[in-house]
Amino acid sequence: MAKIQLNGKKIVIKSNYSILDLLKKYKLENKKIAIEHNGIIISKSNYKKKNLKNNDQVEIVHFIGGG
Amino acid sequence: MTKDTFKIADKSLKSRLIVGTGKYKNFSETAKAVQASGADMVTVAVRRVNILDKKKPILTDYLNPKKIIFLPNTAGCFSSEEALRTLRLAREMGGWKLVKLEVLGDKKTLYPNMIETIKSTKILVKEGFKVMVYCTDDPLLAKKLEDNGASAIMPLASPIGSGLGLQNKINISLIIKQSKVPVIVDAGIGTASDATIAMELGCDGVLINSAIANSKKPILMAKAFKDAVISGRNSFLAGRMKMNNFASPSSPSSGLI
Repeated sequence: MAKIQLNGKKIVIKSNYSILDLLKKYKLENKKIAIEHNGIIISKSNYKKKNLKNNDQVEIVHFIGGG
Repeated sequence: MTKDTFKIADKSLKSRLIVGTGKYKNFSETAKAVQASGADMVTVAVRRVNILDKKKPILTDYLNPKKIIFLPNTAGCFSSEEALRTLRLAREMGGWKLVKLEVLGDKKTLYPNMIETIKSTKILVKEGFKVMVYCTDDPLLAKKLEDNGASAIMPLASPIGSGLGLQNKINISLIIKQSKVPVIVDAGIGTASDATIAMELGCDGVLINSAIANSKKPILMAKAFKDAVISGRNSFLAGRMKMNNFASPSSPSSGLI
């Protein structure tokens, strides 16, 4: 188990959970999104490789309406 | 007559109207208004995904970035750091290099902080972005942005969302005359005739959001703006008549009975 902060909210995930696992959990793996892991942008090719650990901070962003 | 083309960085656009996608009642209305406007470029903002509601509809379900050019913006950013972070994430999302930069300086007027804006433009251009820059209507600062590699200059007509229309035609004209990159009047346009006036001054395009989204019938207003921009452009290309202080009869004065 690991506690991480996702988009400002504390959540608990299993150990050895990758960014791809996290995206699947929220059904976001096929959406147009971008990810920041502890302040660093993660490229799509690294979603599977990158495992999350305790106290990690993850931001998942997408496009919304704006002027 | 040569064809009247409109190009920003490496993108050729058919319409000189760019529309924002904020403030609509729902995404369906957004999509219909965008279609009615005839715009081939829309601005979009970057925000956190709502992780608590997986079923909530999202913008890209209604507007396809393969069919319409998404112009990611930095609306709501009050520092260079925030703006850079936002645009780097936007680039990661879909490889967008053409972006709209706005760094705000004051919550009440949403006036751009030009010191931070120039600083951010320099960095983004260095990183390979094509930057369209929201700015004040100061010709010197607009020139400074161009010198620092901005792909388009986007001076405000009046404060964002104010609907006050074009408040300083002289400054906008000075910016148009001096700029070698496209000048797009951004922010503050209130109604279709404001867009026509901006286009008649010779600006290359206008960016409209609130004036369409906050009108009583946004889809009809989108169409009004489409026509207004075309009219203004044609009027500019045609060149207006000279103003006279006295009358000049429209019918011949010879052969009167």
